Formats: sequence, structure tokens, C-alpha cells
Amino acid sequence: MKEKLESLKQEALEQIDQAQTADDLQSVRVSYLGKKGPITEVLRGMGKLPAEERPVVGELANKVRQVIAEAIDEKKAIIEEKAINEQLEKESIDVTLPARPVHVGGPHLLTRMISEIEDLFIGMGFEVREGPEVETDYYNFEALNLPKDHPARDMQDSFYITEELLMRTHTSPVQARTMNAYKGNKPVKMICPGKVYRRDTDDATHSHQFMQVEGLYVDKNVRMSDLKGVLNQFAKQFFGEEREIRLRPSFFPFTEPSVEMDISCKVCQGEGCSVCKKTGWIEILGGGMVHPRVLEMAGYDPEIYSGFAFGMGPERIAMLKYGIDDIRHFYTNDRRFLKQYHQA
Amino acid sequence: MLVSLNWLEQYVNLGNDTPEALAEKITKTGIEVDAIHHVAQKSEGVVVGYVEDCYGHPNADKLNVCDVNVGEESLQIVCGAPNVAKGQKVAVALPGAVLPGNFKIKKTKLRGVESNGMICSLNELGIEEAYLPKGSEDGIFVFPDDVEVGQSITQYLNLDDVILEFDLTPNRSDALSMLGVAYEVAAILDEEVKLPLIELDESNEKATDYIDVDVQAKEDNPYYGAFMVKNITVKPSPLWMRNYLMAAGIRPINNVVDITNFVLLEYGQPLHAFDYDKFNAKQVLVRRATKDETINTLDDQERVLNEEHLVITNGEKPTAIAGVMGGSDSEVDESTTTVLLEAAYFEPKRVRRAVKDHQLRSESSARFEKGVDPNRVKEAGQRAASLLQTYANGQVLEGVSEFDQLDRSHKQVEFTSARVNARLGTSISDDQIGIILDKLGFTYQQDGENFVATIPTRRQDIVRFEDMLEEVARIYGYDQLDYTLPQGAQQAGGLTQKQSLKRYVKSYMEGAGLMEAITYSLTSEARSQQLVSPEVASVHPTPVRLSMPMSEEHSTLRLSALPEMLATLSYNSARKQQDLGFYELGSVFVSKELNVTKQPEEQTRLAAALTGQWLTHAWQQEVKKVDFFLIKGVLEGLFERLGVKATYKPVQMDGMHPGRTAQIYIDSVPVGFVGQIHPLTQKAYNLKETYVFDIDFDHLATVYDDVPRFEKIARYPSISRDVALVVDESVTAHDLIETIEQHAGHLLKSVHVFDQYQGDNLEDGKKSLAFNLLYLDPDRTLTDDEVEASYQAITEAVAKEHQASLRS
Ligand SMILES: [Zn+2]
Repeated sequence: MKEKLESLKQEALEQIDQAQTADDLQSVRVSYLGKKGPITEVLRGMGKLPAEERPVVGELANKVRQVIAEAIDEKKAIIEEKAINEQLEKESIDVTLPARPVHVGGPHLLTRMISEIEDLFIGMGFEVREGPEVETDYYNFEALNLPKDHPARDMQDSFYITEELLMRTHTSPVQARTMNAYKGNKPVKMICPGKVYRRDTDDATHSHQFMQVEGLYVDKNVRMSDLKGVLNQFAKQFFGEEREIRLRPSFFPFTEPSVEMDISCKVCQGEGCSVCKKTGWIEILGGGMVHPRVLEMAGYDPEIYSGFAFGMGPERIAMLKYGIDDIRHFYTNDRRFLKQYHQA
Repeated sequence: MLVSLNWLEQYVNLGNDTPEALAEKITKTGIEVDAIHHVAQKSEGVVVGYVEDCYGHPNADKLNVCDVNVGEESLQIVCGAPNVAKGQKVAVALPGAVLPGNFKIKKTKLRGVESNGMICSLNELGIEEAYLPKGSEDGIFVFPDDVEVGQSITQYLNLDDVILEFDLTPNRSDALSMLGVAYEVAAILDEEVKLPLIELDESNEKATDYIDVDVQAKEDNPYYGAFMVKNITVKPSPLWMRNYLMAAGIRPINNVVDITNFVLLEYGQPLHAFDYDKFNAKQVLVRRATKDETINTLDDQERVLNEEHLVITNGEKPTAIAGVMGGSDSEVDESTTTVLLEAAYFEPKRVRRAVKDHQLRSESSARFEKGVDPNRVKEAGQRAASLLQTYANGQVLEGVSEFDQLDRSHKQVEFTSARVNARLGTSISDDQIGIILDKLGFTYQQDGENFVATIPTRRQDIVRFEDMLEEVARIYGYDQLDYTLPQGAQQAGGLTQKQSLKRYVKSYMEGAGLMEAITYSLTSEARSQQLVSPEVASVHPTPVRLSMPMSEEHSTLRLSALPEMLATLSYNSARKQQDLGFYELGSVFVSKELNVTKQPEEQTRLAAALTGQWLTHAWQQEVKKVDFFLIKGVLEGLFERLGVKATYKPVQMDGMHPGRTAQIYIDSVPVGFVGQIHPLTQKAYNLKETYVFDIDFDHLATVYDDVPRFEKIARYPSISRDVALVVDESVTAHDLIETIEQHAGHLLKSVHVFDQYQGDNLEDGKKSLAFNLLYLDPDRTLTDDEVEASYQAITEAVAKEHQASLRS
């Protein structure tokens, strides 16, 4: 019995060794370890053996069975690995061939600019407010200290729909609306981005429709130096730490004092070049301390409350930042233009 | 406003700053200097010469040969100018001189005659043609007799002048005059203003003997002064005055006109000179015009007037539109001997009205419109009279005939230095504020920190504390202010839920492969009616038109972004970019009124358009045209992410493909449409197959599932069954799914179409739709029996409701 088991083992191991495929191995497994295989047969025939030999032979048979099974598994792993390697060899590709493009779109440059501006002011505690693009004469002009006969209305030739309705010429009416909504007794800290319209002929530097982002902060004891501090923080974050800012007196009917803000020219580092018209400075935004009439009309007592407001044009800022030569690019939506600004 | 520094120097000491440094100071203090012009930099070697003799060129008809004395010597010069003559003093460029444009003067021979230099025109000396005195445009320039032969022309022609171009804000009309600028510069440089000397040598005759002034429109014209100057000689004005006028961009005409213009620029007070004889009356009557009254103005136009316009009349007919322009009937010319000189204050509103109605802007109206200084009206008239006396040999009659109800009072502004410092965030001392007021030329009373400042009438923009605050701040210097951050209670900033949703939707659309476009809100009225979503069209919106559009192309507010977006696709396709996917999230404007009187409702809508191939040049990959199911997929992806379920029903719409357009509903509310645009629309926009959708974002924002609930991840296996149903062509996938969902029981997790088939093996008019049914119970393992029971219920229901049979 023992000899038979030994020779079965040898036989099986030899066949395993010669097996080339998973199928070969399977037939070895079936013929030696199956229910009708020789080892099972040996175990079945154990009843004929003397009682004292039975455990010895039984143990041996199980051991042989185990050795064969292990050998099959080992060989199987080898065959599988070989098959995988062959497969891999067949699958190898030229990794330098071009990629299959992933089809992704992207935002409009102006949306990017505005989101960036929004996020910077949100970080400084501002909320974002929106308002109608068709405005009443009252909110667009009168509430902003521009009564009907005001000479400064010359500055904004407007698209009127009726005598009382027009396409808003700036996003400032949103400020007036927000102050009204806050009923004169609560601080206002907001920016309002949006589309605005002027009666201009479209050319390289004019567009009858463009974007504006305006900001407003009204509270007790707001100082002009706060305006300077906030704008400085914005300018450094948006344009770069190394940029200097400068405020100049200016005039807007809705602010007093009024300012215009310049940043130092990046191209020439303030030395003067064609981009900055040889001044070393580039005009970025206008603003000032909210005019007391504007506060009054919105229900805020100018003796108690003060505030600052500012406004900027994302197109102008984008044109400066990226050297874009024609404002019409923003509204032509040429795919080749848009795609340039989908980059991170 | 163009400011000649040579002229300005007459009123204020400009110190040693370069023009650039001075301009920088002015800009930083409040008036933006837009540009700096150097009149003519290269004029060395050009001197005054005396034409001693002048005779025809022997070999050329149009040339003259001149002997010109240039001081030390006499030069023979060939000259082509028609106006050259013996006895003139002219500008001579000597050999070696370099004229503007790098034009070098050399000794040369012209048609065989030696020429040792060039006799120059002003244009050749670098003075812009627009500013040249009338008549001198195409000839050499002839000096008055009092210039010295051999001297450089630079001083005589003001060629060393520098002009600052101011970009004045509307509040600073005080700087529309040289004296106003002088006050501003004096404040910046801490200098005194030197006022012009007015020396009148009046005759014994009285102005009032020659003219009466009767003002009927007293509110429109609170002051009218009429000066009389007799025996004048009309001739060119002195060279220095012509130079200053040219520097200011005003063309010299003759001494009388030039003097009124000079004083207009000097004082900011417009004046008008009438030819007294042509005026032909002893009375000036100022009144409102009558309806349809007419006047011929100096620019040779007949103007039709009405009751809104103020006119100067001779008692009978208008001789000037007050403050805007004079009439041609009483214009000063070479034959004028007696001048009626008007110095008046006209109400800004009245002048503005005339300017607007007649589209007539002049140097005069620009100043009256802003309000002139009431304390300088009469003085300006006296100044002009004294100049007429000196430079037109005029005899000024005594006094002035006037009407005077003008308010010349000064405003006062009270403030404390504490309030100034609180608003500016500064700590400026009381003394320092006093010094600033002194610099500005404001008188004031001070009691400790309390100030009462008296505002000069030239600064009509200063009426309240905040205006004073700006004056103090700008002279103190904006750059002296600290950088501080607001001290108020901090609040968290942020986006509203809807604003965040906008950003989310945009980034979804971009992830889905579309580019954001921003198109114009104003379109043509025709386009505004195209591709309007059915639920918007159902309220019959009125086109919202501009009252004065610049063009029909941008005349009407949009009801959808699609028409302009199709134009954008068309623009790109024409430039060989045919595979396009655009979206826009923006406002449309819906007015339900028959005649628009109120603000239209502004809806935020999401529109998209796809055309061409979706996957282009994809290597090793099938190229696919965009189709209905692709754009529907973009929408469905969005709806899934918003947690809403949309249904689609076929719809007929103008401009859309009748068989490939669906109206979209969310919980039976119509929210938009999706489909292919009609081949004719495609053709109109020059496009190939194009698919679009337009949906109501505002509605989505109200119904979307903003807090997705946690759903257990299934721990038990699902069971999947397929079923193929044969139905009539007219039965839609949507119909079948609805029935399946109703009858499948609660274990059915999802159902979706995976195949549609028509053709062989099927009867005509029939189609087969194959569905995949997915069953799941999150709490236990499903049994085959449960699934089978549901399957049976489904097949019975579809058979009953849609005559659907199982496909074998
Ligand atoms: Zn620069």
C-alpha cells in the first residue's frame, strides 16, 4: 500500500511538471484527486488492512493527496503567471501615441474674473447681492444723488425704455435697493456684480453692454482710511503683493469725497511705459465715501452712519491683466478666445 | 481744458518743477492731467528775417527770390509761398536748422538759383493746422512790425510752451478758466494768485446813453451788463494773445472776437460782442423766445425757437440765443466800429435746455451750463473793455448799462476738526486745517476745533460738510491717509444658496463639455421673438423695446439667449470651428403689459446649443454627430444632480423640428424645451444640425433638492430582469415606463430603456422597446418569486393599457 501511494505520488508529480495549461492541470487534479481517483480508491480499500496499519496508511494517503494538491496549485500559479505575461506582451502599446481627448468646456473669462473678485470680498465679510437690469429712473439716478436735471447725467448716456425705465447704467442701484431693504438700521457690507448698459457705439474700447462689480460698506464710524485699507487688501490679493496703490481725488455724484484708484504698472514697475501712458500708474477703479444724500434717501442718518462705495469694470481689468486689445472679444464668443481662458 | 503753462505763469508762480512733475502734483490733488503737449521742441536756428527785396524766379512762375535780412547778414532765399512780399517780417530757418519732423535745412539750388534757408509757415514750425489763424493756413507766417530782426522766433511764437490737458470732472467747472486753474495750482504750490490789472480810461459819454437793458426773464438772467466801446479798429489781435488762444485750442479771428475769447478763458466768463450799428436799437431786451420764432446763428444755421429758450433781442427780434451763440445779423466784422459788449449771468438750466434742443455746444455754453462765478461777471466785462481799449484802439464809454438781481452771497460751511478726523481716519491738527484753508484761498473763523469757512463763489461745488471734507483731504493728500480695516462688527460674507447653485450649474455644464458664452441682452425685435420657450410664450410677452436704440440689431430685450447664441455658433462656424457646445446662464425679460410701464419680470434661464461633431479627431474612436439624445443627456445629468425628475412631451414650436422637440416638465410644471432647430432656422443662421435647450433656472432653484438625504448603500444583491415589449409606433417610452412604474410594486428600483427596434420580424407600424428592470430590497435578499410576481403584473398592465405583447 505504501509503495503504491509513493508511486502514485511520483506519477502525479511528473504529470504536474509536464502540464502546460490550466486544462492539463485540471485533468491531473481529476484523475488523481477526484472521487474516482486512485487515492480515493486506496482509502476505500483500507477496510481490508489490519487495524493497526489503517491510521498509518490513512495518514500517508492524506499526505500524498496534500502534496499533489499543493504541487497543482504551485504549478497553476506558474502557468497563470506565464499566461498573464504572454497576454501583457501582446497588449503592449506605443505610449507616445496621442491621447484620446476628454471633452470638457469652461467658464467665460468674465465669469472667472467676477468669481475671483467675489471670493476676495467674501473673504472680507461682504455678501453678494443682485438686482434688476431694467431699472427705474429713481433707483438708477435719483436715489444716487442724480436728480433729473443734474449735469452729471451727461456722463451716462442711457438706454431708456420709457421715461421712467431704463437699462441700468451701473450696478449702484443694487446698493440703494439693499440699503432700503435694510431699513436704515443695520450695517450693509455687500458687492454687486452684474451687466450694465450704456448708449455707446461698440468699438475697441466701448461696449454697449459690459460688466461692473460695485461694493458698499455702511456702518457707524466708517472712515476713508478704511476704504483705502480694504482696496489695498483687494489690490494686493488680486494683482499681486508687489503692486502699490494710489488714490486720487475724483468726482462721482454718489460719493464725497470721491477717489480714483491706480495700481502701479506691472509692465514697467512704475517707470513709465506705453501701457500706463508713461505715468507708471494704471487706473483700476473709482469710489469714495457714500454721499450723505444717498444715505438719507435710503433711510440712513448721515450723522450716525457713514460708508464707502467703489466700482470696477471686469472687462477693463481683464484687458489690463491679459493684454486683451479689444473689448468686443468678450461678447463675440469666439471659441478660440474663450478657450484661452479655460486654463487653470 | 487746455492749460498753457506760459499763460498760467502770468497769474501764479509755477516754481521750478518740470511740467511732468507739476502735472503729477495737480493729478494727485484732484484734477487729472490727461496729457502733456510740448508745443514745438525743435525750432532752433529759426529767426525773424526782414524781406528787403522780393522778385520773380527767372526759371519758375510760382517761385520768388527774396533777399532776407536775418540780423548780421542778408541771405538769398527762394520761396514758394504766394503771400511773400517785400517789407514783411518772416520766420527764417537758417541752414543747419532742424524743423519738426526731422526736416533739415541745407543750402541748395532751386531751379538754378541759390537758396540759403527757408521762409516758414506756422505749420512747418510744428503748430497744428486747426489752431492757425484764419487765412494763414497755406502761406508763410508774417510777424507784426514790432518784432526784432535776427531774434529767435521761439519767444515770439510761444514755441517753448507746454500745454497740460485737463480731464475735468463735472464738479470742477471752476477750472474752466485760467484764473480758476491758478487758484488750484496756488493751493498746491502754496503760492499767491496775481489777478490781471484792469485799467479803464473811460470817455465822458455814458454807456446808458447808448443802450438800455430790459430783462423780462429775470429768473433766467439775473444779471445783464452792456458795455459800450466806440471807434474801434478791427485788425489781428496782438501776437501774444493769438499764441495763447492757439495754445488753448481756439482759432484767432480778429482782435474783438479774440478779446472776448481771451477773457472767456481767463475768467471763465463768456462774453458776447455785438456790432452796435447792426444791432440797430438802443435797447437790449432779454426774454423767452416765442413759439416758432427763428434766428440765424453765427454758424449759418436757421434755428427754430420756443418758449423754453432764452434770447437776447433788440426789442424786436432775437440777436442771440442767450449763453449759447450769437446771431449772424449782428456779427462783428472788419467794418465794425462800435461794439456792444455783453457780460451776463444766465441760469444753467436755461442754457442746458437750449444746448440740448439745438445740439449746439460752445465754449460759452459749456461754462454757463455749469454756472459762472457771480462775482466775476462784471469784472470780466471790464477786463474785456480795457483790452479793447488797448488792442482795438477803442473808446470805452463810462459805466455799464445793466440789470442786476444777482445773488453774489458766499456760502458758509461749519465743521469741526474732530469730525474731519473721524471721517478720514486721520489726526490732522486744528492749525493744519487752518493752513489748508489758507492755501485754498478760503476765509474762515476758528474757535478751537470749530471752523466756519466762507466759500469763494468760484467754488460752487462746495455746499456741505462732505464737500469741505474732500477739500481738506485732497490738499492734505490722499496718500497721507493710513491703511485701516473697518472696525465695525465682523460678519460672515458669502453667497446665497441660489448664487451657489448658479456656480454649481455652470461647473456642471462645463464638465459636460460646454463652453460658457455671454451674449448681448439687447437683440433685434425679430430675434427676440424666436425660440421662445412655450411656457414663456404662453403669457404673450410684449417686446420690450428701447425708446432710442442705436441700431435695430440691439433694440429689444431678449426672451431667450438662444437667438444670439445661434448667431455666436454661426460666427464660429464661419471661422472653421464647426464643432461647438455653448451654454449661457442669464436674464431674460418678460413683460405681460400691453404697453410697458413697469419693470419686466427678469427670469434667469439656462440655454444651451450644440452643433457639429461631439467627439472630434478622437483618435481610435468613432466620430459622432451631436443628436437629440446627447443634449437630452446633458439635461438629464443636470436634473439628476439637482434631485429633480423631468418628463418630456413632444411639442410643436416655431423654429423647431416638429418631430424632434420636447417640452420639459418638472412635477407637471412646464420649465422649458429641448430639441433640434428647424432646418430652415438652421439655414437662416448658416448652421448644420443644431440642438438646443432653454430652461427656467429660477424654477429649478426653487424645486431642487438642496439637502440630499442619506440613502443606505445596498447590502443585499439586486436582481435584474429584461423585458422587450412590442407596441404601436405611437406609444412612447415614457407611456410604457409610467405604466411599469405604477404596477411594478415597491421593490422596483429603476427602469430604463436599453434598446429600440423597428424593421424585420416586426409588423409595419410596430416597434419593440427593451427595458431593463432592477429590483432591490435594501434590508434583505430578494426571492425569485417576488420578482416574478412583479414581472407578471407589469406584463399584464402594459398589455392592457398599451396592447403591448412580449417580443419572442
Ligand atoms: Zn508702465
